[in-house]
This record gives sequence, structure tokens and C-alpha cells, in this order.
Amino acid sequence: MSIIPAPIVRFYHKTASPPYFYNLSNKLMPWLSCIFLMLLGYGLYSGLYLAPTDYQQGDSYRIIYLHVPAAWMSLFIYVLMAVAGAISLIWRMKIADVVLISSAPIGASFTFIALVTGSLWGKPMWGAWWVWDARLTSELILLFLYLGVISLYGAIEDKRTASKAVAILALVGVVNIPIIHYSVQWWNTLHQGPTVSKMGKPSIHIDMLIPLLVMAVAFKFYYAIAMLQAAKVEILRREQNTQWVKKLLEQKQ
Amino acid sequence: MTPVRRQRLILILLMVAGVGAAATFALKAFNENLMYFFSTTEVAEGKAPKDTKFRLGGMVVKGSIERPNRGIMVRFVLTDFHKQVTVKYSGILPDLFREGQGVVTNGRLNSSGVFIAEEVLAKHDENYMPPEVTESLKQAEKLKSNK
Amino acid sequence: MNSFAEFLAMGGYGFYVWTSYGIGFVVLLLNILIPIYQRKQLLRELALKQKRAK
Repeated sequence: MSIIPAPIVRFYHKTASPPYFYNLSNKLMPWLSCIFLMLLGYGLYSGLYLAPTDYQQGDSYRIIYLHVPAAWMSLFIYVLMAVAGAISLIWRMKIADVVLISSAPIGASFTFIALVTGSLWGKPMWGAWWVWDARLTSELILLFLYLGVISLYGAIEDKRTASKAVAILALVGVVNIPIIHYSVQWWNTLHQGPTVSKMGKPSIHIDMLIPLLVMAVAFKFYYAIAMLQAAKVEILRREQNTQWVKKLLEQKQ
Repeated sequence: MTPVRRQRLILILLMVAGVGAAATFALKAFNENLMYFFSTTEVAEGKAPKDTKFRLGGMVVKGSIERPNRGIMVRFVLTDFHKQVTVKYSGILPDLFREGQGVVTNGRLNSSGVFIAEEVLAKHDENYMPPEVTESLKQAEKLKSNK
Repeated sequence: MNSFAEFLAMGGYGFYVWTSYGIGFVVLLLNILIPIYQRKQLLRELALKQKRAK
């Protein structure tokens, strides 16, 4: 610990305390919501209206502004959950458990959105709602991993044991993440290759790229909002017998 | 970091590395089954199954689309820029089916080496641009023919 | 008005585009509303419990 500067250590310990985290999320909420709504408004307006029509796919490609950011989020949230799981297992940090389990339904939702919008895009363009290629199959496995985390946590009565179990599951499942990302390069898939992250210039017109990136940032803010809302419930549930929650209840009355 | 925490960290790293290695071996073993389609070169060289249905993917050769009896039957040639395979298909084609686009077809080879497709799926590429940008369109064409 | 109808039609892909955005909107909204509802419920329960204990 001595390598890390003292103020950071202090911040870390402060944030790790449930009442501080609870109050901090209350304070951040209006800011996060405001930024999210502005980004979302601009992202949707520019994506659905301003961006030009695609030369091959017509207007159907506009599903990209939901599909791709949702798919990115499905990977991002899983990696974040695995990191939280590692922190929880190594340092026994309570807030890491809370972040992990609060993220799971949001990650599952983004995975679900990526799959459904992909299907609605695949039907008119490919000619099929679903194919069992490597990209689609590995993303479906990701959905099952998220659902596994949620149901495993629900199934174990003792929440300390449950947290440990889901942390391990999140860490083990993280091998699926590079498989999803590289599936389109390792195997012949019907799904096309990467557009934005490929080496060199992204092969998408700049007017189409900007709404995509705006939506991607908007979803990061959305995730922060939704995760903190779920985290507050989880903290209250775990800490219901502590002094600070009792004080909070008295203040409300 | 306390020794206990270091031990836990090492344990977790070993666990992830172990599962990663196991997944790598499993994927290596199932590599062929994870391929969604065969390329035209593989089919032309006889690597594709003879008696069963399989999927064939490739790019539709420019000027190769024919409708011999003016009916619903279409004949076109697929290529991966090494070898070509002729495909016959009767049915509805997806919106993106056109010359120079990638497609994946499902069906079987007949005795004369023609692929009889029962299903045609269009594979769109990773390029997105407005139709007015003819310059970048030309660049994309160049990129494709260089492959 | 004509251009708005065109916007809704999405070049003939309106069904696919708007269904996608509709499903996405509902799912994301639920992820915010459900925890807010759960927290209110939980706070009410805990307050009741505290009153009884007194």
C-alpha cells in the first residue's frame, strides 16, 4: 500500500464505507442524469435524423446507434464486474460486492438489447433473425453468464457466501470477453468485422461515427445512474440494522 | 499488500489463467465446428463434406448473376479471390444481395460441382458511408479488389 | 409533414428501426424505475419496523 499516495488511500477507504457511498451517489445523481439526458438527446437526434443514409443498407443501419453501444456496454460491464469481484475477493471490500451484484441486471439488459436489435437488423439485411455463428453464440453465452450471476446470488441465502460465489463466477466468465471481441477474426462468421476499433482509420463516415460515439458515452452515464440506483437498494438491505440507516429513517419521518 | 492478500491475488490470477488456458484448448479442439461457413477455395479443393449440407461463403462475382429461365431460379458465381464456385438457388434473396457483396449460402454440392443452395444470407461489410461519398466508395472498391 | 412521415418510414425499414429503439427504451427505463420502487418499498418497511420496535 505504501506505493500509493496517502490521499488516494484515504479516498479509497472513504468511498468504501457504505454511508459515504450512499450519500455520494445521492449527490452525484442530478449531475449524472443531466449529462446523460443531454448526450442521449443529441445522440438520438444526430443518429436518427442528422446522420446520412448508408450507401448499402439504407436507413436500416440506424439500428447501429443502439446495437453497437449496447454491445460495447455488455462487454464493459462484465469486465467491470470481474474487476469488482477480484477486489472483493482480495481486499474483502463490501462496496465491491454491491457494485458487482448491482451491475449484473444492467449488463444483462444491455446484452439482451444487443441481441434483440441485432436480430431486428439481421432480418432485413442478412435475411435471417438468428444464425449460430461464433459472434452471436458467444454473445448469447454472455447473457447466460449474467443470468447465472443474478440467479446464483439469489439462490444463496447467506449474502457473504453469495458474494464470494458470484465474484468467482464473474472472474471465470471473463474468458468469454476476448472470445466475443475476436470471434469475427478467428472464425468465419456471418457477422461483419469490427468497424471502429480496427487498426488505422475506422471505416465509417465521420458524420455517422460521431452519433455512435456520443451514444456510447451516454450509455456509460446511464450505467452509472442505473448501477447507483440498484446499489442504494442493496446497501440499505445489507445495512438495515446499522446506526446510520436508523438515523436516515428518523430523518425521513 | 499483506501476505494474505498477495496470496489471494496470486490464487485469483492462477484461476483466471487456468480457465483461460482450458478455454483456449477447447476452442482449438472445436475450431472447425465454430466456422460458420466454408470458403470457395476449401470447396473447390474438396475439403467440404460431399454428402451432407454445409454452408458456403464468398463474394458474388460481378456480372455473374443470371436468371436462365426468367423465373425465380438464380445462378451466380461466388469467389474468395482464389477459386470460384457456381451456385444455383430458387427463392427470395435478401435486400443486401447484390454483385460485389458477400453472401453465405446453405445447401449441398451436386455431382458436377455446382452448389445447390436452399438458403441465401447476405453478409454485409464493416463499411458505413453516405451514397454521395463516391470518392470513399471508390476507395472501398479498391480495397476490396486488393484483398 | 411529408418529411416527418418519411422520417418514420426509415426508407421502408421503419418497423425494424422503431421496434429496436422501442424495446431498448423500455428495458433501459425499467432498469431505473425498478430500483427506485424497490428502495421506496424497503424504506417504508424499515420505517414501519422501527416504529414497532419503539
